[in-house]
Amino acid sequence: MSATSVLYDAPGKRAKRRNVIYTVVFLVVFALAAWWILSVMADKNQLAAEKWSPFVKDSKVWTTYLLPGLGETIKAAALAIVIALPLGALLGIGRLSDHAWVRVPVGAVVEFFRSIPVLMMMIFAGALYVQFSNVSSDLRPLYAVVTGLVLYNSSVIAEVVRAGILTLPRGQTDAAKAIGMRKGQTMGYVLLPQAVTAMLPALVSQLVVIVKDTALGGAILGFADLLSQKDTIPANYGANTIATLVVIALLYIVLNFALTTFAGWLEKRLRGAKRSTGAVLGADDADQANAPGAPANASGA
Amino acid sequence: MFDFLDSGQYDLLGAFWVTVQLTLYSAVGSLIWGTLLAGMRVSPVPLLRTFGTGYVNVVRNTPLTLVLVGCSLGLGQTLQFTLGGQDFKSIGFRLAVLGLVAYTSTFVCESIRSGINTVPVGQAEAARALGLSFRQVLTLIVLPQAFRSVVAPLANVLIALTKNTTVAAAIGVAEAAALMKKMIENESSALFAVFAVFAFGFIVLTLPTGLLLGWVSKRVAVKR
Amino acid sequence: MKLQKASAAAATALVIALTATACGGDSGDDSSGGDGGGKITIGIKFDQPGIGLQKPDGTYAGFDVDVATYVAKELGYDAKNIVWKKAPSAERENLIANGDVKLVAASYTINDERKKKVDFAGPYLLAHQDLLVRADDGSITKAEDLNSKKLCSVTGSTSAQNIHDTLAPKADLQEYAGYSECLTGLENKAVDALTTDDSILAGYAAQPELKGKFKLVGLKLSDEPYGIGLKKGDTELKTKVNDALKKMVSDGSWEKAVKANFGPAGYKNEPAPQIAD
Repeated sequence: MSATSVLYDAPGKRAKRRNVIYTVVFLVVFALAAWWILSVMADKNQLAAEKWSPFVKDSKVWTTYLLPGLGETIKAAALAIVIALPLGALLGIGRLSDHAWVRVPVGAVVEFFRSIPVLMMMIFAGALYVQFSNVSSDLRPLYAVVTGLVLYNSSVIAEVVRAGILTLPRGQTDAAKAIGMRKGQTMGYVLLPQAVTAMLPALVSQLVVIVKDTALGGAILGFADLLSQKDTIPANYGANTIATLVVIALLYIVLNFALTTFAGWLEKRLRGAKRSTGAVLGADDADQANAPGAPANASGA
Repeated sequence: MFDFLDSGQYDLLGAFWVTVQLTLYSAVGSLIWGTLLAGMRVSPVPLLRTFGTGYVNVVRNTPLTLVLVGCSLGLGQTLQFTLGGQDFKSIGFRLAVLGLVAYTSTFVCESIRSGINTVPVGQAEAARALGLSFRQVLTLIVLPQAFRSVVAPLANVLIALTKNTTVAAAIGVAEAAALMKKMIENESSALFAVFAVFAFGFIVLTLPTGLLLGWVSKRVAVKR
Repeated sequence: MKLQKASAAAATALVIALTATACGGDSGDDSSGGDGGGKITIGIKFDQPGIGLQKPDGTYAGFDVDVATYVAKELGYDAKNIVWKKAPSAERENLIANGDVKLVAASYTINDERKKKVDFAGPYLLAHQDLLVRADDGSITKAEDLNSKKLCSVTGSTSAQNIHDTLAPKADLQEYAGYSECLTGLENKAVDALTTDDSILAGYAAQPELKGKFKLVGLKLSDEPYGIGLKKGDTELKTKVNDALKKMVSDGSWEKAVKANFGPAGYKNEPAPQIAD
């Protein structure tokens, strides 16, 4: 990718030799740090076999705690994504409306839901479901979590989409007008597809946030997601808290990495070989979060 | 309904003040570390690029709760990093800032990178044609323009950071969410009112931030 | 017009979501709290060893579970007809008030604030705030000793507040979201003692992996009478549960359950508390 960067010249002989030295020094320091951390942990008995072996030897750790937790996390995240994406797009378009009576209330909704911690929204949603619906108590935590996630993330996605539309050249709208398209057609056939493609990295960042934020409902609402297993597993296997946290973190990283990789692949397909503004970084470098309104993470609480 | 607030038992303002402090320290730290990370990710040294990419991908994909608990339990209690703090209160606060900086900087880094993306290619090419080095190209030409175009996304990150400070309750920092947990424990008959109070507190903190920085972003945007 | 579209789309999306989850979700029984269906739903803790714990094989174990099972049997429900439901501390009153569960037995301390929303049967166990220390540590003998110690408890919990407000305001108190984090700190010698109800501490110390590593100090720093929460005003059920609890004590099952769940930690239980009528 260095070949495509316009920020610096291609490295010469001396620069290459220097790079090798840097790399070696870094690796040595890194290895020393790792060795020190591991030895301190071993000293404190945190590497003891009985703390880690359940994750390898006892399949029940996976079938009783981790996999069901992962399933709940994926279920909630998938539902939230499927609902929040179209809703966010609509809100984003609404905020660009020519009519003040659409623009202003939509803007207020977006700003409002962006400001409240997600956990609060989940709790309020849970309370509302109790008051005004007969959702069974088994599903209520899931509904509450999904509702909170949708309200928050659709307003963030709205901002991303709006920013995406605003960055498109004016010529696109003018050309659409010139061939007689109505406002709805201009938006649906010309602006939105381009905006979504351009904003894909930012949108993907938001999806990662959704996956992680499913964990917020665990402690208070009793949603049995992946992270909430950090309490049950150490309670069964002799306080192997650090081991459990490491395993759970790895699962999240793998899950989110799969998501971002997929989105990166999708983006490449959609963008094609077009030399966009991404040229400064080089195409494959322009992956995440490249837009106004982008990666607002929010582990509210 | 809100009479529990009058009992004098809860220091609501104090708790939100800790929230504000956490936010400010973490914001400054993440801005610096995030900018450095962005610099690494576009630098000519392959090692720095690899480190930057790896760091962002690992930390950004980990839930903040895990990052913070890892800081406190791993760095603090196992490896005995105290960051100069004397008791759990100060150690916890410093570790929380460290964790929030580590986490938020990944989002700052990605925002800045997208800002670099919006700078026309010609700017960097012209700078190099003048013989500027990579560091000069980045700090004199590209970053100043990039920053002006990412005020809005950085505002989003700041709002998210403000709300993320609540996760610090998981490692015992006495900020707003920790006070909320205490109230939940004691005021079980007025749970809804408790939540309403804290939701309102966060709206007061974040709404003006969003509106102000939204206005700033329009003022400083590079007109092209 | 666009707004209408938006709300229409939102509504559609919501409907889709509802149907999707309804298909995908657990198809659990009516979970109306028990009446008629032949099942009874009881709220317990899922993550407290010795009290209420979800075991690796999917079953539940602990003192609260044993008590609840006994009470359910007296109410006419077999063990297999009990549906266990996770009852996080903040949700207990809601679960009862909404009728999601018939009973809650989840280390549920009876106090006046909670009595405003729910009724309690029992108490069935008198727990006390106590300390868990490393087995070779004998330096804590009274509450005043705590002022120079590093303690750990759960964020915002009653035990943490007691330490802060009255017992040992000068103690260095680390608060975490869960007990297992505290236990790791205790193991690493980063904290000197973990403080909460002795029943919970005994449950942790009794885990086979931790046997011999920790011990209870045995200070009775507070009284925590555990009760079984049930719907406010349901005096009939309350009487029935109280009768069941009395029978459990008199036929020796209570003593046996205490020994089985807390015994291995060297927990010296008191006689069963007097059950109010």
